[in-house]
Amino acid sequence: MPEIPEQARLRMKALPHSVALGMELTEMGDGKATISMNYDTRFIGDPATGVLHGGAISALMDTASGASVLCHPAAINAISTATLDLRIDYMRPATPGQRITARAECYHVTRSVAFIRVTATDADESRPVATGTGTFTVERPDR
Amino acid sequence: MRTPPEPVHIVKSRREAALTWLTSGVPYVQFLGIQFDRRGDELTALLPFDDKLIGNPMLPALHGGATAAFLEVTAIIELAWTTLWEDMEAGRANMDVLPPMPKTINFTVDFLRTGLPRDAYARARVNRSGRRYASVHVEAWQDNRSRPFAMASAHFLMPPPPGTPAE
Repeated sequence: MPEIPEQARLRMKALPHSVALGMELTEMGDGKATISMNYDTRFIGDPATGVLHGGAISALMDTASGASVLCHPAAINAISTATLDLRIDYMRPATPGQRITARAECYHVTRSVAFIRVTATDADESRPVATGTGTFTVERPDR
Repeated sequence: MRTPPEPVHIVKSRREAALTWLTSGVPYVQFLGIQFDRRGDELTALLPFDDKLIGNPMLPALHGGATAAFLEVTAIIELAWTTLWEDMEAGRANMDVLPPMPKTINFTVDFLRTGLPRDAYARARVNRSGRRYASVHVEAWQDNRSRPFAMASAHFLMPPPPGTPAE
């Protein structure tokens, strides 16, 4: 995995919602991005079990997906990207107390559209918490 | 002899208490600042604008993840609310402990236009609610109700009714 350009890390730090959720970009390059966030009691969705809200995990997966689009070789001149749609399947509840990591891969880019898949795991990486697929816009300066 | 209708303040305070009980205990709902407006059994979720919801500071625009989370929260609360309604109205709901929440099986969100840096609203519709599975559709809008900026469909696994032995 190529090293993360400082610019990408700074870009991440400029996204208020990503900062609010404590997201940390750990890998980015060649259409692949990894972002993780710590377990936080403020993000609990089910107080009876302490399990994180699906929405917090969706936000993490959406952010990782957008980052994977921006580092794809065919989208290198893209100014920005936005989610067109995202489908997430939740396989199991994330174990309370564990850090969540989303790994996204942008596997195809056309002139205007990028296609991604993304997986979220907790400490047990052999059993994904959630998987997703989506499409993103590719906004280029020439149109 | 016909029983007289319940006084309006009793009906209102019971419903408000149930809604507050359902929504105030979920930390993530509080973190995003989501509120619920109730008219009879109809709920409208409100996401007051806050800087921490911004995803693209250049435009600026709401973060897609924050929007998705708002839709998911609205869908779950609507589902829990409709499930609770009958017991609550009959005075059978035990409000000492929070009910187990429906679990999201999957969630598909479509982004129709940019989320502007201002308040957002959402309403959910339970399309099917069975003993084990439920299907919910939810739409969010800002200035115009007829121009939604995001919508989602989701399936949920329903919690077993109280008193059911664990499988």
